[in-house]
Amino acid sequence: MKLPKINFDNLKNEGTSSVTPQERRKFLKLGLAIAGVYAGGKILSLTSIVGTAHASGGGSIVKKYPYNPHYSMVIRQTLCIDCEKCVDKCNETNNVPDYGYRTRILTKKYSGTLDKQVEFIPVLCNHCNDAPCVRACPTRATYKDPITGIVRMESKKCIGCKTCMLACPYDARYFSAARRAVDKCDFCWEERLSKGETQTGCSSACPTGARTFGNLTDPENIVYKLVHQLEEKVWVLRPADDTKPNIFYMKGNMRSVDNILNEQKHKYFDPNKV
Amino acid sequence: MTGSMINISKRWGFHGVAALKNSSPGYKMLLGFLALIALAGAVVGLHGMFVGYHHVYGVSRQISWGLLISAYIFCVVTSTGLCIISSIGHVFGGEAFMPIAKRAVFMSIMFMFGGFSIIFFDIENPFRMAIWNVLSPNFVSNMWWMGTLYGMYLVFMMIEYYFLLEQNHSLSRLMGFFGLVVGIAAHSNLGAVFGMLHGRPFWYGPYLPIYFIFSAGMSGGCAILFFTTLGWKINPEIMNQRMERAVKAVTQVTIFLIAVIIFFTCWKIITGMVSEGKHLVIMSFLTGDYSINFWVFEIFLGMFLPLYLLIRSRGNNFNLILWATGLMMIGIFFMRYDIVIPGQIESVYHSLGVEEEANLLTYTPSFHEIMASLLGLAVVMIAYFAGEKMLNGHQLEKHEIVPEGGYICPGCGAIHFMKEGETEEDAMKRHHRIW
Repeated sequence: MKLPKINFDNLKNEGTSSVTPQERRKFLKLGLAIAGVYAGGKILSLTSIVGTAHASGGGSIVKKYPYNPHYSMVIRQTLCIDCEKCVDKCNETNNVPDYGYRTRILTKKYSGTLDKQVEFIPVLCNHCNDAPCVRACPTRATYKDPITGIVRMESKKCIGCKTCMLACPYDARYFSAARRAVDKCDFCWEERLSKGETQTGCSSACPTGARTFGNLTDPENIVYKLVHQLEEKVWVLRPADDTKPNIFYMKGNMRSVDNILNEQKHKYFDPNKV
Repeated sequence: MTGSMINISKRWGFHGVAALKNSSPGYKMLLGFLALIALAGAVVGLHGMFVGYHHVYGVSRQISWGLLISAYIFCVVTSTGLCIISSIGHVFGGEAFMPIAKRAVFMSIMFMFGGFSIIFFDIENPFRMAIWNVLSPNFVSNMWWMGTLYGMYLVFMMIEYYFLLEQNHSLSRLMGFFGLVVGIAAHSNLGAVFGMLHGRPFWYGPYLPIYFIFSAGMSGGCAILFFTTLGWKINPEIMNQRMERAVKAVTQVTIFLIAVIIFFTCWKIITGMVSEGKHLVIMSFLTGDYSINFWVFEIFLGMFLPLYLLIRSRGNNFNLILWATGLMMIGIFFMRYDIVIPGQIESVYHSLGVEEEANLLTYTPSFHEIMASLLGLAVVMIAYFAGEKMLNGHQLEKHEIVPEGGYICPGCGAIHFMKEGETEEDAMKRHHRIW
């Protein structure tokens, strides 16, 4: 078999001026995506959320967010210490019974690592843009709020077939006997946001700033800043399900957060927010 | 009133409660026992409804569909299957299959009622369903289509049965055709209720919607053979040459469909073993918690033993067919259970590698779930045993009950009625015209 000969010595240097910023950005993202897949296996990969929430790209992509305010939460995994104050606050705020939960913290253990052996991963409803639960519900008892994008429940319509609980790839739903309906995280819409608060119960209770809640369409918002950067890898859970989730995860260690939020007043913990 | 009852009994071969009263003491005891089970099931189910299902059912947040959904699926699969197999005869004109139609359609309706009575105790707010399914439909929800299509299916089957009794073959054929189309759509859609859940790799994909149709055919063939041969045990008179030919034909179709399902199962296992998302569940079938369900019930009782026995029976050893299909019904029940539960045993966070979800989830049916499932199955069995007596073994051909103006159609064996001045030939043409 004859292989084509490529003479590298005679190739002409095209220079960097011919590379457009778009191509450069695409190349960087590709590299990060590969790194993401490599680091975490199938469940972790960078921004499969293309089309709704780009981790890079800046202003020109903002118009693609389908909601305004587009509520979202960034979870900086490294900062979570498993104090469960968020879970307690959630239960208290939303009257969650003892047999259910709207959010919880998972523990991932490592062996053979030098820096740390355990990592905590808070999980909650991902308020997916393509929410499988919303499609599965026979009576439209669960729906995407047309303004905020929050996946909410209209309890009186819930027939209790539990299809949404199985459709959810994030185990975010349970049947509440008191409500006679499936209950789930609504970003504290009913108890807090609709009453003028700007933070959810869990994000307000988090002492380390692991849970950061905000509006993805506002370039001044901390959530926007954390997601729209290339410095730190941002990922979502179960990207293969392609539900376009709105809960983003990043390691978020001190140094990178300093770099990302160098002009933000409160980078880790806002003393006024509780 | 009495006059019209006599008329119905003549036209429909309806023997009424008197036939039950004349049955043997053992038969009455059996019916009483089944009624007790149904009553107990209803009482226990209602108890669960009042105290709250989460206190008494074994289902959890992550395994939220349990034994009740499995039993419901068992019932509706069998119902659709009865419709499919019987339609070969009275919809598509396969002569050999015609004599089974009345019993099959009757049991198909009863299995739907059984299924509905089971799912009544699974759905938390069944009364809301009637309101909001209509007022707030979600047309992209498979669950909505399931309720709607099965509702339509039941209506068509009931109208079809009425026309079967009335000997109106053109209309029963038309209704049977609609029933079949809606039934297959409903059933395939039931597969899609699972197959569209893309967070559940064991279910996700086009496999289940297709599998459900073939699997229904197999269950239907099995159920027809079981109920016909059991009917023969109850009243040997129901067997005649035409019925024997029908049993033979259904046996052949059932053997074919078992073979099809064996291939479905093989490929489910083989493809699942090389799929990251399904591997753990498949291994729990082969060697883990579900291995007895899988090997003993699903594979041995549900497929290989009946396949062997049905081939051995040659379609005319009714005792062997009764045993084969009776055991197969049990196997099929486990087949349904093995679709519903294992699809949920791997937590959605398992692949994240977290401590909390490191193990597969477990589920054990609770007493309340078992009783509520038995309610549905008892309803079906009561309807069957009562029907065999009251409807005179669903016989089409019974000389004693051929009323005035009627005759036995040489084509289909049913009783036809001649209009005034009509010849037998004209009446036959009228009954069997194709629109």
